[in-house]
Amino acid sequence: MFDISPTEWTAILLSLRVATVATLIATPLGIGVAWLLARRDFWGKALVDALIYLPLVLPPVVTGYLLLLTFGKRGLVGGWLSDHLGIVFAFRWTGAALACGVMSFPLLVRPIRLSIEAVDRRLEQAASTLGAAPWRVFLTVTLPLALPGVLAGMVLGFAKAIGEFGATITFVSNIPGETQTISSAIYSLISTPAGDTAALRLVVVSIFIATAALIASELFARRATQRLHGN
Amino acid sequence: MLRVDIAKKLGEFTLEASFSSEGRVTGLFGASGAGKTSLINIIAGLLRPDRGVVTLDGETLDDTAAGRHVPPHQRRIGYVFQDARLFPHLDVRQNLDYGRRMNRLAEDPAQHKRVIDLLDIGALLDRRPGKLSGGERQRVAFGRALLSKPRLLLLDEPLGALDEGRKLEILPYLVRLRDEAGIPMVYVSHDAAELRQLATQIVMLKGGHITAFGGVKVLTG
Repeated sequence: MFDISPTEWTAILLSLRVATVATLIATPLGIGVAWLLARRDFWGKALVDALIYLPLVLPPVVTGYLLLLTFGKRGLVGGWLSDHLGIVFAFRWTGAALACGVMSFPLLVRPIRLSIEAVDRRLEQAASTLGAAPWRVFLTVTLPLALPGVLAGMVLGFAKAIGEFGATITFVSNIPGETQTISSAIYSLISTPAGDTAALRLVVVSIFIATAALIASELFARRATQRLHGN
Repeated sequence: MLRVDIAKKLGEFTLEASFSSEGRVTGLFGASGAGKTSLINIIAGLLRPDRGVVTLDGETLDDTAAGRHVPPHQRRIGYVFQDARLFPHLDVRQNLDYGRRMNRLAEDPAQHKRVIDLLDIGALLDRRPGKLSGGERQRVAFGRALLSKPRLLLLDEPLGALDEGRKLEILPYLVRLRDEAGIPMVYVSHDAAELRQLATQIVMLKGGHITAFGGVKVLTG
């Protein structure tokens, strides 16, 4: 039962790579967006807020198709990127990472936003009277105090990215070794005769990864409470 | 010298204040809700006046007619809040060093030692704010503000959150601060006795307006 085959390893490692890259690229962006939503009022804020949460409520196949239309080889952005920068998303693992990044973005942003909102603005004021320019206030006070929330957001986003299926398979298909993640491998296996055991193995692996991520997220949340109480 | 001539509407409340002070400690006296905190927040640059001018030692910090507003981090005005506001993720040593780092000042071990001795906080340096008593926290907050080498120090009811015993514990440090630190201060309080001990000049504020100005005698009038 626990004899994981090379193809399965390929899918597991690809999932880990796709989710790691998606999380690492989405995090700085997520911190920026979370800060804007938590601390700034601007025209169209409600719209930005809604757009970020859209992947959470849209059918994943719709998000995947929109990605295909936009970032596919003949897509508006995808065509330009491929012609000018040589970056191709369509049917590549990079496309899987993009799909996972988009789908996990709302889950990544939310804890970061909440933890930034929880940072006492009076501490930020104190920092500014001590000579810290706004960006240094952010780096030395806001971000360190929100750090456990940032880590929790990264963990949640990572877990979501590992499990992403619908948008990924729609956008970059299910190519073993290139775009076949754990989810799409399971999907292929259960529609293959005698694929059940292998599918179950991957199910166990994904449950393991998801559980580990949730426990890690819980630990960070606890750390956050301690930090904010100054112990 | 500090010169303030401002107006600010805050909801239903209007703050209008005009005074200049040259004393070592200007006491800002008034009941709660008189506009004391709003007034020093304007001096600190945390709040922008609707109209008026704030100058310190000849430098214009606010001039609404000219559209000038120097942000708080460029004012070099120290601020001790009623609730200390130490950074909970930094230990006492890092809290004390924060202003020096942010203002990119050279290390000054002599001043560092003087301030730590003056406030008696040498034993607390490695602790986190969460492990300090209210009085200790407030002493560290004084130290943190002083070590940023401010041109003016604002103190907003720094003893307000402390019980009577703690107040008596801190008061001597404040007297030493006034006599030894050589930094002009604006000291906000609703406690006349406290101001009689510390202030050299009084600005009395009532309902957003200055009702009296002068020596500590005005407190008895």
